[in-house]
Amino acid sequence: MHYWLSTLIGVPVVGAIGVAAVKNELRAKQATLGISLLVLALAVAMAVQFSPNGDKFQFTETYDWVPSFGVHFGLGVDGIALVLILLSVVLVPIVVLASWHEAEGGKRSARTYFALLLVLEAMMIGVFAATDVFLFYVFFEAMLIPMYFMIGSYGGAQRSYAAVKFLLYSLFGGLLMLVAVIALYTIADKGSFMFSDLVGSIQDAGTQKWLFLGFFIAFAIKAPLWPFHTWLPDAAAQAPAGAAVLLVGVLDKVGTYGMLRFCLELFPAAADYFTPLVLVLSVVGIVYGAIVAIGQTDMKRLIAYTSISHFGFITLGVFAITVNGASGATLYMVNHGFSTGALFLIAGFLIHRRGSQYISDYGGVQKVAPILAGTFLVAGLSGLALPGLNSFVSEFMVLIGSYETQPVYAIIATSGVVLAAIYILWMYQRTMNGPTADSVREMKDLNGREKWVLAPLIAVIIALGFFPKPLLDVINPAVKDSISQVQHVQEASKASVAQEGQ
Amino acid sequence: MEPAKIIEHSGGVIGVSWLLIALPLLGAAFLLLGGRKTDKFGHLLGVATAVASFVVGVLVFLQLLGFDPAERRRAVPLYDFIPGLTKMGLLVDPLSISFVLLITGVGSLIHIYSIGYMAHDPNRRRFFAYLNLFVAAMLLLVLADNYIGLYVGWEGVGLASYLLIGFWQHKPSAATAAKKAFIVNRVGDFGLAIAIFTIFTAFNTVSFAGVMESGADPSQGTLTAIGLLLLLGACGKSAQLPLQSWLLDAMEGPTPVSALIHAATMVTAGVYLVTRSGAMFFPEGSTAAIAVTIVGVATLLAGAIIGTAKDDIKKALAGSTMSQIGYMMLAAGIGPAGYAFAIAHLITHGFFKADMFLGAGSVMHGMNDEVDMRKYGGLRKVMPITFATFLVGYLAIIGFPLLSGYFTKDGIIESAMEYSSTLGWLAVLGAGITGFYMSRLVFMTFFGKKRWEADAHPHESPAVMTWPLIILSVGSIFLGGFLIVGNRFMTFLGPAVGQPEHLPSFHPFSVPGLVTLALVAAGAALAWFKYGAAEVPVTAPRGSFLTTFARRDLYGDALNEALFMRPGQWLTRLAVFFDNRGIDGLVNGIAAGIGGTSGRLRRVQTGFVRSYALSIFIGAAILVGAWFVVGNL
Repeated sequence: MHYWLSTLIGVPVVGAIGVAAVKNELRAKQATLGISLLVLALAVAMAVQFSPNGDKFQFTETYDWVPSFGVHFGLGVDGIALVLILLSVVLVPIVVLASWHEAEGGKRSARTYFALLLVLEAMMIGVFAATDVFLFYVFFEAMLIPMYFMIGSYGGAQRSYAAVKFLLYSLFGGLLMLVAVIALYTIADKGSFMFSDLVGSIQDAGTQKWLFLGFFIAFAIKAPLWPFHTWLPDAAAQAPAGAAVLLVGVLDKVGTYGMLRFCLELFPAAADYFTPLVLVLSVVGIVYGAIVAIGQTDMKRLIAYTSISHFGFITLGVFAITVNGASGATLYMVNHGFSTGALFLIAGFLIHRRGSQYISDYGGVQKVAPILAGTFLVAGLSGLALPGLNSFVSEFMVLIGSYETQPVYAIIATSGVVLAAIYILWMYQRTMNGPTADSVREMKDLNGREKWVLAPLIAVIIALGFFPKPLLDVINPAVKDSISQVQHVQEASKASVAQEGQ
Repeated sequence: MEPAKIIEHSGGVIGVSWLLIALPLLGAAFLLLGGRKTDKFGHLLGVATAVASFVVGVLVFLQLLGFDPAERRRAVPLYDFIPGLTKMGLLVDPLSISFVLLITGVGSLIHIYSIGYMAHDPNRRRFFAYLNLFVAAMLLLVLADNYIGLYVGWEGVGLASYLLIGFWQHKPSAATAAKKAFIVNRVGDFGLAIAIFTIFTAFNTVSFAGVMESGADPSQGTLTAIGLLLLLGACGKSAQLPLQSWLLDAMEGPTPVSALIHAATMVTAGVYLVTRSGAMFFPEGSTAAIAVTIVGVATLLAGAIIGTAKDDIKKALAGSTMSQIGYMMLAAGIGPAGYAFAIAHLITHGFFKADMFLGAGSVMHGMNDEVDMRKYGGLRKVMPITFATFLVGYLAIIGFPLLSGYFTKDGIIESAMEYSSTLGWLAVLGAGITGFYMSRLVFMTFFGKKRWEADAHPHESPAVMTWPLIILSVGSIFLGGFLIVGNRFMTFLGPAVGQPEHLPSFHPFSVPGLVTLALVAAGAALAWFKYGAAEVPVTAPRGSFLTTFARRDLYGDALNEALFMRPGQWLTRLAVFFDNRGIDGLVNGIAAGIGGTSGRLRRVQTGFVRSYALSIFIGAAILVGAWFVVGNL
């Protein structure tokens, strides 16, 4: 089939229109679940045909969109985009099932919430599949709209504040990127926005630096990287749990994905130049995010801050410019989606039962809801990168990969393993251990639907802990290609230094 | 003699030695996923998988014995774990199989004992699931053929330890102790992880065979750094100074856990790590190896001193465990002359310390879970089997002639003497203190007058608990002599870790040996006068500042609190404050400034359409501006 990617984008869009039109709420939910499962099945069917050592971009489709400006509706995936699309399409049906009753108290109808979910799914697939830089930008910005409504209309008490903050931050970054995209187009003078046309088109190092910054700041806000992070705790804490999963699990990955894809490949000399700066921001983020996470009193904010720490690991891996580092970072993006997704969902289940996000309102839940507590622990242990669980592989790869070229940063980052143990286990102790608090004495354990939500996540978390090979086999060749440009720059500058030395 | 080459193996029981790990792992998975439905037979299944793993271990051992000694290092490849980084495989050799037999053998006995000990616990099934998980992780730790695999097992046992220390999670003290153990261990793991990064960078591989044969020649500084970082990891797991503080708190776990994890097996993993890495990273006389011996001696004394001051029977035993592992570390730091004694002592200690911990559990079982020895006394008459088996363990640990500990500890002292007489005499001193605190423990518990609480009705434990005690005490009697006499263990272990050119000969009447015996006797006599013949007060006397020093674990916790915990708490508060007011405040301030007033910002927030329109407008303006700028470039 030639139209894999456009089908993957089209199905949820058409589905969203259908869901919005259905009058019966239950039918709408069921339809959403069915459509998201169909998308998952299609994506898996596509993924098994991907050949890791084949062309860089596969399943490519290119249509003219605005011919006068060389804008294309260009789609295609390499290994990096493929695994991120798989992450998205696995998470969506899980989020749908988890959000079954979540949208009921919102400002708008539950049907709208589910339609928005499907629109968001289409955007997420599109943003990773875009091979035209302008199209990427369009998806990058358009993604904001469904998420804005999901936070603003279905979120917690401070939802408006959080939603607007999220929107303003993202728009600001997006505009910087737009400027850079247009400048790139103009300076490259290829008459095309296609990524493949633009790679290698900017040779001047000074120009690269400015364009790099335009893209990088947008991605750093998106990811978010310290110190651009303050919108995330608000947005994640106010978003309904399902939306938080997609926000932190997938949308934020567009930032780190963008750095790996665009910043490194389009502007290798600038990437090399800015590497020390990015590494500093990364390790500051790792340590800072973890320390601030330890001090949080609100569960969802805590998880958001742990993510800021984790994003530091991802950017560290990307800018270490080693295969292990960048592959680890890519795998980290996937793993983090699953483990933080699980954490947000379980926190959501807890909050739904008790009606409070504050850690101090819980205690001894393990006694009354052992399965809930057990899943929380597994997800938490994945968050602290326990060996045998998925995150360990990626975190270890990032650290070992960055140690090869940047030992000092890697060592500072490794201190994160101690801090992670503190923030996860302390939260677990305060909520799950100790004498059972009166307020949770009547709490029910996971119901059937909730078990179905968490079972696939836990299964993936464990399976990828022992068998990361299928993903890494796809990621490794793509990553080698992505970092090769910067490696050339590094070699060239080393050679010139050596020559000067002679 | 250098360690032998590692040969790739297939076929036979060794070819399926992954069963060793898979069996208890499946047991754990089945019991955890099976839920309440498996409550009825959960404990039996848990025992069955541990015993089955032991049987496989014996078969593997027998097949290994069939090979020529130089061909007893067998690599069993499993699968490509992390492409580009490491494959996963097992290394079956004399060192790992020694551990396998200890872990599954003593482990099985402790599983059986737990049937009785945990009989009345509503969560007994979960307990056995965790025990199985522990056995699987520990076996992976000792069997993995590469450092990353070892690390997976290493943190896996840390998880099992966390789950089991906090098994009675409704007790805040247990939950806190569990968390503390995990976090302190992670400090050690920080070192181990960086050691692995350095190994990979220097050798481009993390497999033991690869490192041995890589031909890479890293600088001395790199090798020393790797050694010291591995030692940091070892200190965390093996509760050696300065990462010892978690072990005493870990006694919050059920007593079989203390016996299996915090005495016989997991806490000895640091000794395994040093021995396994010895030829590469701790060559004789190197800085790293000297550091190992110093840590060992410091901890063997610190643990012994802590042991003298504890009234809680489990904590006294925990201090003793620290101290005995200190002996093992000391021996492991000495090099090939010490490896065999380190591991032999590790094995005999596994028997006699498990014997005594389980004995302590048996006492607690009969005394309403009382742990304060000041409320024991005279128990030898009501618990004759527990008493007899405990006595054997006691005699073994103090090094009573011809019992297990006598041979293995004497071996360590002798080789330490040869290595450095200062360290040797400090080890002798430690043995003397051991004689005192162990005797104190036995006298306070089993001799003297009854000091029981009114509702205590001590009784002997059921057979399912006493039989493991009997078997362990048989090992405590004979195993040491069997391993040491004729250098049987040293020649067996040699191909795996290397052995000295001249095998040591056993001197029963050497000067250090005789001094050791005299000091032990003096320590025991002192204990008898203070705690056997004299009345033991039910409330602890205040004691001198030295007593307080020892009771408070040499101020280890106070130090950690002052150095790390308090500053850490302040840093956290500061960071949270800064994040809320500093960064976010700045951003909100700018936003408010742009909007004119904060009131306007709020209005922007309330009207989506307006704000979006405004944003689009600003966006368009910037766009047009940018277009001009770019166009003029």
